[in-house]
Amino acid sequence: MSTQVDIVLDRPEQPQEHQVLNMGPQHPSTHGVLRLVLELDGEIVVNCEPVVGYLHRGMEKLAESMTFHMFTPYTDRLDYLAPLANNVALTTAQEHLIGVEIPPRAKAIRVMCTEMSRISAHLLGLGAFAMDVGAMTVFLWCFRERETIYNLIEHITGARFTTSYTRVGGVANDIPDGFIEELKAFIDQFPEQIESFEKMLSRNRIWIDRTKDIGVITKDDALSYGLTGPNLRGSGIEWDLRIHRPYLDYERYDFDIPLGSVGDCYDRYLCRIEELKESTKILQQVIQKMPGGPVNTQDSKISLPEKSTVLKGMDELIHQFILITEGQDAPVGESYFGAENPKGELGFYFRSKGGGYPDRMFIRSPSFVNLQILPEIVKGRFISDVVAVLGSIDFVMGECDR
Amino acid sequence: MLFVDILWKLLEIVLVAAVALPTTAALLVWAERRVSAFMQDRLGPNRVGPAGLLQPIADLLKFIFKEDVVPGHVNKAIYILAPALSLVPALLAFAVVPYARDMAILDVNVGILYVFSVSSIAVYGITLGGWASNSKYSLLGGVRASAQMISYELALGLSVVPVLLVTGETHLGRIVEWQAANGWLVLYLFPAWIIFLVSSYAETNRLPFDCPEAETELVAGYHTEYSSMKFALFFLAEYIHMITASALTVTLFFGGWHVPFFTLPEGGWGTTLSCLAFCAKTGFFLFLFIWVRWTLPRFRYDQLMNLGWKILLPASLGIIMLTAGGVALLAD
Repeated sequence: MSTQVDIVLDRPEQPQEHQVLNMGPQHPSTHGVLRLVLELDGEIVVNCEPVVGYLHRGMEKLAESMTFHMFTPYTDRLDYLAPLANNVALTTAQEHLIGVEIPPRAKAIRVMCTEMSRISAHLLGLGAFAMDVGAMTVFLWCFRERETIYNLIEHITGARFTTSYTRVGGVANDIPDGFIEELKAFIDQFPEQIESFEKMLSRNRIWIDRTKDIGVITKDDALSYGLTGPNLRGSGIEWDLRIHRPYLDYERYDFDIPLGSVGDCYDRYLCRIEELKESTKILQQVIQKMPGGPVNTQDSKISLPEKSTVLKGMDELIHQFILITEGQDAPVGESYFGAENPKGELGFYFRSKGGGYPDRMFIRSPSFVNLQILPEIVKGRFISDVVAVLGSIDFVMGECDR
Repeated sequence: MLFVDILWKLLEIVLVAAVALPTTAALLVWAERRVSAFMQDRLGPNRVGPAGLLQPIADLLKFIFKEDVVPGHVNKAIYILAPALSLVPALLAFAVVPYARDMAILDVNVGILYVFSVSSIAVYGITLGGWASNSKYSLLGGVRASAQMISYELALGLSVVPVLLVTGETHLGRIVEWQAANGWLVLYLFPAWIIFLVSSYAETNRLPFDCPEAETELVAGYHTEYSSMKFALFFLAEYIHMITASALTVTLFFGGWHVPFFTLPEGGWGTTLSCLAFCAKTGFFLFLFIWVRWTLPRFRYDQLMNLGWKILLPASLGIIMLTAGGVALLAD
């Protein structure tokens, strides 16, 4: 990667009037450690070369040397704005490989987790976007709401951030008493908050000037670059894995796919705002339709036994020991599963030679794929637009670099 | 002039320039943080002193004790000069503002012209600061600053012309007296006031016009390479510019020290009351500065230039024409 950058910096035919500006990896609006090498003509971007990899931790390789459960905490650090959604996506993908059917209550809880994460991630995406364009107050309002979500998540999982909540075959524990009431209280007041964000931005002349017709992604470009999530839907393409390739019984819930028309920053912003509302709708339905029953599959080869029984029963002790040391036995073969995460399609590809360890794992991270279009859409625009476009693409380097 | 008079004048200068303005600026920093915290459901600084009022002093101490880094790649002389160039004009411009009845440090009959000539020096501080830093972000910030401040100075200057036309004065004290006799000028020249307000926001580099600084784009723009007290001077300059701009708004359009529907008593009490009235009005406009900053996003550089050249400039020329016509008609 570094050699590639040197070529950019020393490009001999580069005209003298152009200056090269190194934006990042430490820059307030590159959201982590993205580095952009911008070639500037005055304030106009002539060329933009994103450099990724500053946060590379070799997660995919690490996955080869651990059981399925052991990898779950790593996904907390993928898209670190929606750890719970990553947990859900990973475990569902593992179940897809192993071939496990989970109880309806576990599915409903997972949907609830994903949608809560989506709200939390979109809130940050929206807030950071607004802050990049200069509206600091919206950012802090978004954070205030995220705080409530974190409290809710802490109540279910015991951790605010590093949740690692899901298990192959279900979830770590049932939702605690009183949680549903807390969630209800949140979703009852949340639409009002969304309205206040919209009041600050949606019809604000400066905001519209800064985002309308900026960073336009056409339908064709969106498709050929493989964009997913709100970035794709902002360009007007109806594609949502929750509806078009339903998993976790998403077909039980009634919600719409918000679509943009032009594919500019403003459309992507509106899409996220609408998705906040849709996620709230889904959460309401989850609460209404929450099924009873166990939260883990009863197959003792898949899910861990009740801890209280382990030290008393022979079978339970053996199952516990085998599951912890050797993991769930996956069949030989390969599988790919993509989940609709806040940023787009988070996919996990597994190749298994049998046993509890994947032979090879690959993560299709939406941030990485979405970021590729950046140089296309910022060429010929101002530096200020680069910042707005970065905000509207809403990427997370933890996921991009893995 | 008597020796006592000179001494008294010196004391006044010291009091206003070295005590009152920096203290107000410090309070303003505190107010900005508290008001923004209030707007954002936070608490803001509330630990140092009552309600956090001593926070600016703690900040100042921190600034003083920070290492004063002069990076190796800067143009040293200009780098050191720039913060002072940015602060001093702001202080100087305040000299002619009548802050109470019959009170102004400098009694010049071309007050407005003096204000504009002095405050236009401030652009050098920022531009040279950005240029001397020899850093790309700073340079971009400096270039933006020079273009922005020069463009908006036109609109700012032209929006004051109607005031001169209506009152027939350039002496700030007499403009206020005219308003005391005939009513505040904002009633006559509301559109001119709007242009003046917008331009003064641009002149002070505050959101929505903080392109030279643009924290999320240019990191900190022209003062990226500054640290310690040099940075503090830039910081202080911004706030004193705000105070001067608010004071000018009050003086030119909102009757300065004049209190409506109330006759100020003669003598010392009247002067004190008029000073309080002036402070209260200025305080309101300072609050407006803060309010706007934490509400609006930032303009893009070219949009800002469009607004300045294509909207504010023609509009202020139009207002001048209308006002001139009106004044001529009424004079007949």
